[in-house]
Amino acid sequence: MATNISFILNGDEISYEVKDHWTLSHLLREEMGLIGTKEGCGNGECGACTVIVDKLAVNSCLYLAIEVEGKIVETIEGLASTSGALHPIQQSFVKNGGIQCGFCSPGMIMSSKALLDKNPDANHEEIKHALAGNICRCTGYVQILESVEAVKNMGGQNE
Amino acid sequence: MKAFKYLSPKTVEEAIAFHGQHSETSKFIGGGTDVIVKLKEGWMEPDFLISLKKIEEMSELHKNEATQELSIGAMVTHATLEKSLMIQNDYPIIYDAVSNIGSLQVRNVGTIGGNLINAVPSADGAIPLIALDGVALLHGPDGERSCDVKDIFVAPYKTILKPGEILKKIAIPPQASNTGSAYIKFGRRAAMELPLIGIGVLLTLDETKEICIKARICLGVAAPVPMRAFGAEKLLVGKKINEEILIEAGKIAADESKVRDSVRGKAWHRKEMIRVHVRRIGLKCLEIIKNNS
Ligand SMILES: Cc1cc2nc3c(=O)[nH]c(=O)nc-3n(C[C@H](O)[C@H](O)[C@H](O)COP(=O)(O)OP(=O)(O)OC[C@H]3O[C@@H](n4cnc5c(N)ncnc54)[C@H](O)[C@@H]3O)c2cc1C
Ligand code: FES
Ligand code: FES
Repeated sequence: MATNISFILNGDEISYEVKDHWTLSHLLREEMGLIGTKEGCGNGECGACTVIVDKLAVNSCLYLAIEVEGKIVETIEGLASTSGALHPIQQSFVKNGGIQCGFCSPGMIMSSKALLDKNPDANHEEIKHALAGNICRCTGYVQILESVEAVKNMGGQNE
Repeated sequence: MKAFKYLSPKTVEEAIAFHGQHSETSKFIGGGTDVIVKLKEGWMEPDFLISLKKIEEMSELHKNEATQELSIGAMVTHATLEKSLMIQNDYPIIYDAVSNIGSLQVRNVGTIGGNLINAVPSADGAIPLIALDGVALLHGPDGERSCDVKDIFVAPYKTILKPGEILKKIAIPPQASNTGSAYIKFGRRAAMELPLIGIGVLLTLDETKEICIKARICLGVAAPVPMRAFGAEKLLVGKKINEEILIEAGKIAADESKVRDSVRGKAWHRKEMIRVHVRRIGLKCLEIIKNNS
């Protein structure tokens, strides 16, 4: 059972024939080759698959692809500018040691972006609350929280 | 995941009709945070998945200014409740419960209706709605009916919903003045963990703010289904409210609970936590009442 859907992916209008039972992470990774979004647990537990749908951070492993019809989807691939310059959040993660092996990073960064787009002045507690669903096995979280807080002092977001 | 056909009706009637056409082989899906896990694990293998997302009236959250009744559509997400200033200010017990469900990613899609109908003993969303005397409005092939939220639950994973029946919304009756309510999800950590025990308390005091005129003490994971500690509630009503009597109520609630040992915790520990937290949450209710006046 396949259905043709239209949506906006990282700023581009997309039309795609999806199988009704595909998850969004399957569509992105296996069908479209956008493997920046990671799949860790596949069950909503780790946040590695986090993408933004209509401004909300969601687990793409628990979201049906067919449900993004008419919606705006943002993935890690859409963050750097066309010239290749990293987004301020990405820069901050690099600079502040928020990335070690990198597996959790796309999810961490998308959760951070959803938060900071809405609340650029998010405080420590708000950042922790927004990132609680993203698991990192390397950094111990301290550098990740510091990376997000440091974005505030980088002259705000681009866009 | 086994292939299925995804249907997305725009009205409750249409959803019920779809279900009627494929009753044996179809399932409803709300936000899908429980359903998709079950589909992936093969615990659920429908040929048709009927989504409730496009039914607008089911996503409405509003308070009727005239009657002061709060109406929560079953498809309202935990994040919508968490972010609502009206919920934060007027229904702190709901805020306490939904703001710690899973992760933000889960709360952004998971719904209050899905939380109730999934009917796990640990459903965080159930306790506040029971404490607030919530009434569930159901709509099925035989028309509409309603029941107390407490009576939705029959056994773990089992509700009174008949095949094809949909939970449309939950109505919360107006709250008396001098009411305070709060919930605590007790576990090793708040995020990404089901509660070891969930405790919700609601207290209404008389105009002198000394005598308790209404009490609700509701417990999650304390029995196969969410329960009210009627004995502890009865102790409080009509009495002068203070820390001593809340301690007593905690003891009674712990005795009334039907806690069990499980992989996540021992029964004796759960009982202790009920005892301690009924007092603590009760005191928090009193503080809310004091601050609101
Ligand atoms: C990582 C993770 C963490 C979680 N943490 C918590 C937690 O801390 N506390 C907690 O309580 N829960 C938790 N959950 C469980 C789940 O997210 C919630 O129960 C959520 O509210 C379910 O809502 P949903 O809309 O996603 O339900 P769905 O998955 O869409 O549906 C659940 C069930 O209800 C039925 N259904 C849904 N809506 C209706 C309706 N309106 N009428 C009739 N039937 C309906 C479906 O057919 C299905 O059987 C967690 C889940 C995950 C994946
Ligand atoms: S892969 Fe989606 S939450 Fe782990
Ligand atoms: S950097 Fe390795 S999991 Fe986070």
